[in-house]
Amino acid sequence: MSDELGRALDRISRVRGMRGSMWVSAEDGIPVAQLLMEGVSGKAVAALAASLVRKISGTAGAVGAGRVRFVQMEAAGGTLLAALAPPDLLVVALADSRVNIGLARIEMMRAAAAVAP
Amino acid sequence: MSTTVVEPWAEHPLLRYVAESSARLVVVMTPAGQVLAQHGFARAVDLMAASALGAAIMAAAGALAQQLGERSFGALFHAGERHGIHLASCATPRGPLIVLTVFGKETSIGLVGLFYDEFAAELRRAAPAGQLREPVLAADFEADLNRSLTSLFHG
Repeated sequence: MSDELGRALDRISRVRGMRGSMWVSAEDGIPVAQLLMEGVSGKAVAALAASLVRKISGTAGAVGAGRVRFVQMEAAGGTLLAALAPPDLLVVALADSRVNIGLARIEMMRAAAAVAP
Repeated sequence: MSTTVVEPWAEHPLLRYVAESSARLVVVMTPAGQVLAQHGFARAVDLMAASALGAAIMAAAGALAQQLGERSFGALFHAGERHGIHLASCATPRGPLIVLTVFGKETSIGLVGLFYDEFAAELRRAAPAGQLREPVLAADFEADLNRSLTSLFHG
């Protein structure tokens, strides 16, 4: 299982503009596996990304939009991407402005589907 | 929810930690279980029990760590159905402190751990240097405990 998680991170990290990717425990906000560039705090990214996904999922539920599958947050200095891998994991990626979001999304959704029970 | 402190330097870091981590209950204490600051406790008896048990867990975990050849364990985390607890120690110029945090489903262990690191760093910066706590003697313990509780709940 851990090999599979590592290979998925490797594929995601090959997308141009990626600064790192990680598997995160969705409920706890703790890193499970990570492949990050130096200087990126995995602990902070995992905790804050899981919190963001939880809040967005709550909002989606409240407006009747159904289950959230993918979250994209663009900021001035980069982009945070998160794909839900039910029942309890998230694939989280950090990228700079050069990233091909479509390609990153495909790789992340593929990784999430691969670990689904 | 009320926040009360025995030592004023601990107040600002504690308020910030509670706001950022969304913790429900927090106790900052010495390894002997003397409370320096608290958030969320309404009754002295609950605070006494939590601090005594928290200090005892850390002492037991420290002894276990030594058995395994570790200097100490970084932090302990217990997950329950509705609540989780995070228990960790930090070295300050005032001596070692233990922080017990109780949190609910509105936050996560990841967030609590993340903001705990910042809290511990702030406690280290805020603690007055050159004023190491005296070791607690059994004879003084009850009087000391009563002083702390009076200050926290009737101050």
